[in-house]
Amino acid sequence: MVERKIRVLVGKPGLDGHDRGAKTVATVLRDHGMEVIYTGLHQTPDQIAEAAAQEDVDVVGLSILSGAHMSLFPRVREELEKRGMGHVLLTGGGIIPTDDMAELEAQGFAKLFGPGTPTDDIAAWIKSTMEARWENEEVQT
Amino acid sequence: MQDAAEIAEGIREGRRNALARMISWAENADPRFPAALASIYPRVGGSWRIGVTGPPGAGKSTLTNALAVELRRREKTVGILAIDPTSPFSGGALLGDRIRMEDRTSDPGVFIRSMASRGSHGGLARAAVDACDAMDAFGFDAVVVETVGVGQAEYDVVGAADTVVVVLCPGAGDGIQAMKAGILEVADVLVVNKADVDGADRLMLDLSEAVHTRSIRREGREAEWEVPVIAATATKGEGVEKLLEHVEAHRRFLEGGDLSEMRRRKRVQQVRRVVDERLDEELWGPRGYAERADSGLRKSATPYDVAEEILAAILGNGMETQ
Repeated sequence: MVERKIRVLVGKPGLDGHDRGAKTVATVLRDHGMEVIYTGLHQTPDQIAEAAAQEDVDVVGLSILSGAHMSLFPRVREELEKRGMGHVLLTGGGIIPTDDMAELEAQGFAKLFGPGTPTDDIAAWIKSTMEARWENEEVQT
Repeated sequence: MQDAAEIAEGIREGRRNALARMISWAENADPRFPAALASIYPRVGGSWRIGVTGPPGAGKSTLTNALAVELRRREKTVGILAIDPTSPFSGGALLGDRIRMEDRTSDPGVFIRSMASRGSHGGLARAAVDACDAMDAFGFDAVVVETVGVGQAEYDVVGAADTVVVVLCPGAGDGIQAMKAGILEVADVLVVNKADVDGADRLMLDLSEAVHTRSIRREGREAEWEVPVIAATATKGEGVEKLLEHVEAHRRFLEGGDLSEMRRRKRVQQVRRVVDERLDEELWGPRGYAERADSGLRKSATPYDVAEEILAAILGNGMETQ
């Protein structure tokens, strides 16, 4: 069997025209050996979830700087669940107040990253989380 | 964990999740793939497969997107496989073709999948054909495979399609460059994209001449397909209708000839890919020939000596050695 690659979708939901952060993270994840699908700006939660389903990704990372994270992030999660993609590792980052982070994490976002996070930390976290999951899967089968 | 029967069932029922998962199995050479394929194999063959290739930046993704729009206008469903290169340094890939196709994502008649070219072991064409088989069985009218035309592996990918569309654009070298790259041989239809840019006319002319020269050389032989050269501006959707008409014409041409033989010939290639891949894995993995090669070279034998020794061991006495 070929070495399994971590597939990540990096999405930018909503009306938010700044994607330098998303592109930086996408590039860093690529440099850590992941296959990163970047879907571009101005995506609806529906589009992001559908793309994630078609691409059969392991991870969905959302970037948002517009302040609409409390309405858009949960909707992406709902749309993912609708498509049987509730298993994906859901993460994200942007300008998100810590209270909101805590609430989103309580809703099922595994971890959220704020400004100033070293990019390698994000990659390392995704890697270790996915590796642990896959090991777990193997134990179960 | 899903099993092969479950996924095959899902594909028969038109569940997109199942299709997505089956393509992942193809990519990962998952041991469940062969059984799933066997179960849906009777459904394979209904789609027309279009390969789209060309140099980086020629507009392949944009043209593929425009093709999908035109196909949908004609009420045809379409599956798209967009291949982007894997970094040889990190093994990762940035797959960005969806950006130019994202309007299609919510359309239930379109399915888009990105694939990274991955390792150097030549598994790309095998995985791409597998993925196309899955999309074919799912029931799309057309399956479009899009890949940058830079090397043998990529030619293998598009070469497996029924109709190969090669996209070129002005400003990336003249028609001579195209002839050098072997692009004319693989093309069934040539597209000069960015036809609104300076130099497009010249490129059209060069290509038409080159195509014409080829057809003169072949004259007298059996019915040959004359490669059309089409001008397009994919961003505006111009020329796409015409392109599709030529693809249709090529289809009729093949169907009037020996389509099933051509397809079987291409299937033989797939058998070879599977055999090659499995042998490669087995020999250099569990059989330990990599270690054997290493120890042979330590004794200062030449690579050929070591190879002969290994070949003799693999093929037994049936092979002449020394």
